[in-house]
Amino acid sequence: MELDFSVVIEYFPRLLSGTWMTMKLVILSIVLGAIVALPIALARISKNPLISGGPFAFIFFFRGTPLLVQIFLVYYGASQFEVVRESFIWPVLREPFWCAIIAFTLNTSAYTAEIFRGAIQAIPEGEVEACKVMGMTKVQMYRRILLPRAFGIVLPAYGNEIILMLKASALASTITLLDLTGMARTIIARTYTPIEIFLAAGAIYLVISIAVIYIFRLVEKRQNRYLGTLSIKVPDKG
Amino acid sequence: MLDLHGFGDQLLQGASITIQLALSSLAVGLILGLLGASAKLSNIKPLQWIANFYTTIIRGVPELLTVLIIYFGATTVLMSIASVFGYDEYIEIGPFAAGVTALGLTFGAYATEVFRGALQAIPKGQHEAAIVLGMHPRRKFFRIILPQVWRVALPGIGNLFLVLLKDTALVSVVGLEDIMRKANVAVSNTKEPFLFYLVAAFMYLALTIVSMAVVHYLEKRASRGLTRG
Repeated sequence: MELDFSVVIEYFPRLLSGTWMTMKLVILSIVLGAIVALPIALARISKNPLISGGPFAFIFFFRGTPLLVQIFLVYYGASQFEVVRESFIWPVLREPFWCAIIAFTLNTSAYTAEIFRGAIQAIPEGEVEACKVMGMTKVQMYRRILLPRAFGIVLPAYGNEIILMLKASALASTITLLDLTGMARTIIARTYTPIEIFLAAGAIYLVISIAVIYIFRLVEKRQNRYLGTLSIKVPDKG
Repeated sequence: MLDLHGFGDQLLQGASITIQLALSSLAVGLILGLLGASAKLSNIKPLQWIANFYTTIIRGVPELLTVLIIYFGATTVLMSIASVFGYDEYIEIGPFAAGVTALGLTFGAYATEVFRGALQAIPKGQHEAAIVLGMHPRRKFFRIILPQVWRVALPGIGNLFLVLLKDTALVSVVGLEDIMRKANVAVSNTKEPFLFYLVAAFMYLALTIVSMAVVHYLEKRASRGLTRG
């Protein structure tokens, strides 16, 4: 077996442009996904089944079906309906880029909502009681205490979710987008050097994952810096 | 009612392939996971390095890319190995074999971490008791350690299986005739993409629900020794 890695160097600029597309997909869907996820998580916590039922079904559907099906549903499925094709959103749904963004956003928001819910529910009951005793309104309690606390708890799981999203973004290549995987497949169609180019693409994904892990460690340290005081032993009285 | 234009049987055949792929990859992945966890916990440094390299690479690369690398790369690798032995015919591995390899490797990498945690969760006394009773290390592992590891690891493994089940859809990209591929065929014949992809989605959802029930049953069964008292 002879591997010729000179093709990697030759096509590296194109792989980088694919990387840029992957980054755009991931960053946009993560940001939009977080915005969508917060109200879903808050509604999911509600004890009223009329409020928590919808989010429950949404989360169950998007976590229980493959992302590939979801992408195809948005990209191919929407075009089945005349109404959609004649409406004002058609210019958006016609573009593979926006279809990928829609599918990724919905998918990641379902996972993120569960992460948010877990974090909010992980806050000790005593802190909620303390807020009430202080006479805070529900909005104040969430804005001042619960959400900032949840943000610190959420970070490790959220970092994982971003890496999962990065890997899931490779599916954009199935609807003709030239992300890193899509670009690699196009290059291979021309050069027929699958191993070299796919390995190069894999290495780029790996580098991005490691960068994300590193950044999250820094943010985590900063966000949970108040916990650092715990390591200073306070002598017990008596 | 739901009109599937006669593609219902096709979709069910696809479901059978999806289940076969998921179960085969599970078997491969469980073995790789146990091996990986044992390697990470062993005192032999090179084994630790190999296991760390394996889990880092697999977990950092998209599953789709793993499937593509195995499918397109395995042919090249196998042919070059075969040519060493003087065999120069064209060798191709099918999408099913490539899928089992790729998904098994992926499952194994994540399962390594789950099993590692579970192995570490077994109290030292259990090991010592088995040794005191004069058990051979292999017998100790299969009789005492593994059943307990299984109980601790089950929730994690169950989650991984649900992920695996959804990842099987990726193998349709290299031509495996699973639910997804059958849905694609139906779509190109009927021009009703929304209907068929939605049906496919609900088939996966049904498989997910069944898997969750099975995992729940297994969890109950595995911890039946604990519920007493």
